Amino acid sequence: MQTHQFDALIVGAGGAGLMAALYASQGGAKVAVVSKLYPTRSHTGAALGGIGAALGNHEEDKPEWHMYDTVKGGDYLADQDAVRVLGEEAVDAVIELEHMGLPFDRTSEGRISQRRFGGHTSNFGEKAVRRACHSADRTGHMILQTLYQQCLRNQVHFFDEFQVVDLLLNQGVACGAVAIQLGSGEFHCFNAKATLFATGGWGRVWQVTSNAHSLTGDGAAIILRRGLPLEDMEFYQFHPTGLYGLGVLLTEGIRGEGGVLLNRHGERFMERYAPTIKDLASRDVVSRSIYLELRDGNGIRGSDYMHLDIRPETVNRYLAEAGETRRIDEDFIARNLAETLEVCRTYAGVDPLQEPMPVQPTAHYAMGGIPTNVNAEVIVDASGKVMQGLYSAGEVACVSCHGANRLGTNSLVDLVVFGRRGGKRIANFVREAPLIPPPMDAGEEVRAEFERIRNSAGNSRPGELRTQMQSLMMTHVGVFRTAEGMQQGRDAVLELRQRFLHDLGIDDRGHVFNTDLMEAWELGCLLDTAVVTAECALAREESRGAHSREDFRERDDANWMVHSLISSHANGLVTEQLELSLNHDKPVDRSLEAEDERFAPKERVY
Amino acid sequence: MDISFRIRRYNPEAGRPKPYWQEFTLNDVEPTQRVLELLHRVKWEQDGTLAFRRSCSSGICGSDAMRINGRNALACKLLARDVGPKIQVEPILGLRVIKDLIVDMEPFLAHYRQVLPWFVNDGPLPADGRERLQAQEDKDLITDSTNCILCAACTTSCPSFWANGEYVGPAAIVQAHRFLFDTRDTGDDARLDALGAPDGVWRCRTIFNCTPACPRGIEVTRAIGEVKLAVRKGATAGIIDPATIKQQH
Repeated sequence: MQTHQFDALIVGAGGAGLMAALYASQGGAKVAVVSKLYPTRSHTGAALGGIGAALGNHEEDKPEWHMYDTVKGGDYLADQDAVRVLGEEAVDAVIELEHMGLPFDRTSEGRISQRRFGGHTSNFGEKAVRRACHSADRTGHMILQTLYQQCLRNQVHFFDEFQVVDLLLNQGVACGAVAIQLGSGEFHCFNAKATLFATGGWGRVWQVTSNAHSLTGDGAAIILRRGLPLEDMEFYQFHPTGLYGLGVLLTEGIRGEGGVLLNRHGERFMERYAPTIKDLASRDVVSRSIYLELRDGNGIRGSDYMHLDIRPETVNRYLAEAGETRRIDEDFIARNLAETLEVCRTYAGVDPLQEPMPVQPTAHYAMGGIPTNVNAEVIVDASGKVMQGLYSAGEVACVSCHGANRLGTNSLVDLVVFGRRGGKRIANFVREAPLIPPPMDAGEEVRAEFERIRNSAGNSRPGELRTQMQSLMMTHVGVFRTAEGMQQGRDAVLELRQRFLHDLGIDDRGHVFNTDLMEAWELGCLLDTAVVTAECALAREESRGAHSREDFRERDDANWMVHSLISSHANGLVTEQLELSLNHDKPVDRSLEAEDERFAPKERVY
Repeated sequence: MDISFRIRRYNPEAGRPKPYWQEFTLNDVEPTQRVLELLHRVKWEQDGTLAFRRSCSSGICGSDAMRINGRNALACKLLARDVGPKIQVEPILGLRVIKDLIVDMEPFLAHYRQVLPWFVNDGPLPADGRERLQAQEDKDLITDSTNCILCAACTTSCPSFWANGEYVGPAAIVQAHRFLFDTRDTGDDARLDALGAPDGVWRCRTIFNCTPACPRGIEVTRAIGEVKLAVRKGATAGIIDPATIKQQH
């Protein structure tokens, strides 16, 4: 096995990974970025509407208000030390992206243009505020490209189409990772002083998702298999406006610019659920409202979708009703929501300038993941003990600045703020730290697992197992949950996992771009991720943020202002039983609340 | 509807030295299914060895450019009803085929890096610690070229690139355009030198294949024309008439 040595190994080349790579390399570290996709294919590029920062370019805004919206949006489960960092550093991070060349849209004064977004308010929830900085409706695409370009300029070493399949631990510290080179099927050992996981989410656990095919929870599964905990896995966000049938995301920016959700009666139903900011309530609230409307038979044509209307005549009517002077026209929509028009016309045959868009909630974002502190250092227990040499940032990490439900645009803020902190921390760490060699048996277990899959000749095709898992998770561990349903779902997924272990059958025995093999291995990651999601969801007997229990309808602050930490004691890569253990010993950080009682938990009204 | 698929296959490990065509039939295809979904159906239901790249499946990541019924497109942006019932799929042309629909992207990316595709402005930052100012009209000069997703559909539709793989190709030029005409950027001299070199922008013979090939609707040939003018003039000012910038719809 070929071995590479670097100061820092960054796994994943989305926004968080590239930001960390950039900062670590600027701090003098020799950095490798290992990514299963070409960096510009990463899913950060699919982020649409904007990145939140209290620049106040249109109207007064403050980092404290951004923090408040984040804490409230997260239904009071977010760690407030992380939220403080997020709010304070967002402004500086966005300005820095502009300095790196990011082509933001501009105000009439030439400053960065900002739009409204779900849950963004001024003065502690008083009214909607323009905080989302945007580059048309492909802000993530421009962030991804800009960071990749700056990494190229800064001589970062890229290993494109190398997929990390195992974490290396030795002498109780992390010392790199094992990756498979997709083009040759060869295994490579990356030995590093610091390893940062920025591998993204796992939307492919569910049937309807906005996520790319590549978002299969690899990073989370590897961490779990190596005996380290995952945090808050029960909290998974369903975005309210996926394109009906496909799940492709239609940005919240559509509602930010004035678009409204309508039921079959043409009623703007969010007025009933969120009287103050209506369609711009938090995503969990809007997704649940859509489901309740559907349950009451208010779906369009009696079916299971709603309308999202951005037509100028509709928007302007509601703007006038609200006493606002702003009006929009078709040119405005074409300029600011070009991607939306293109997606609807291509996939649904719907022209949003002529008719409303059909939408349904779509699995979108993991609030939980690899637990870290505010410096992107991975922690291993409820006391916050750090795993030396191991870092994580981006969607796979759980710092937790999102709590039980992420505020719109905060995914991009999270990437740049905590990716940057991770990169800086790594640059300092590697200056002093020794390079710990990989363990003697590095890669042996994972190679054996790959040989098992490569030669598997059972009756269960990976595609079939995946489809069944996605359907089970959608039905039983989706927007609304009950103990009975989740037990049923978990047990059925465990049965699929047994079939994966004992009855798998793939076709391709080759080594060069064996995508059959890689998809099967990724299915294993999805199955493990699905099981821990259901397990954590079952244990949390309350409703909070994106976790909505029909058998425990209320939020329970007396008992549940705590994070979930789940780990596996199977002590090996892919084992017969996961042997999970779960604790709720990690309390929510409430440091903002200690200074200002407005951050204290209260009923969440929008 | 039923679809008959003709897919160009190549597997260097299978003891079959040359590429060949293989046919598949798919039943009960919804007219709104994407070609990418149909490829997945072949892979997941019939032949797991079929290899192709894909990720986002919504036209933004640029992984799945391929030649579909003779024209370059993203498989995730073409619907069955628009190409069926007979669909022929082969790899994009001009890059070495590694396996089935997967080609070696490295030469393409090397050309990208050749035009120094990164923002340069080492001048002082605004004293107030805030963003550089830019008029929306100035930002609009590059809105179209910032749309590029590096899928290679344009470059691999270009006869000049087929004839000479050293030519930087349309995608690299569009990416250079994005920086050349960015009013905040100061890296023009080095970039114009790279584009004025023998394998730079002058290899373009204005054949226009690139423009209809672009799945993002970028006016590629126009961007190349503007870069040619900039190379000839040695500067970018005054080349784009803002009044002629296309509306997005």
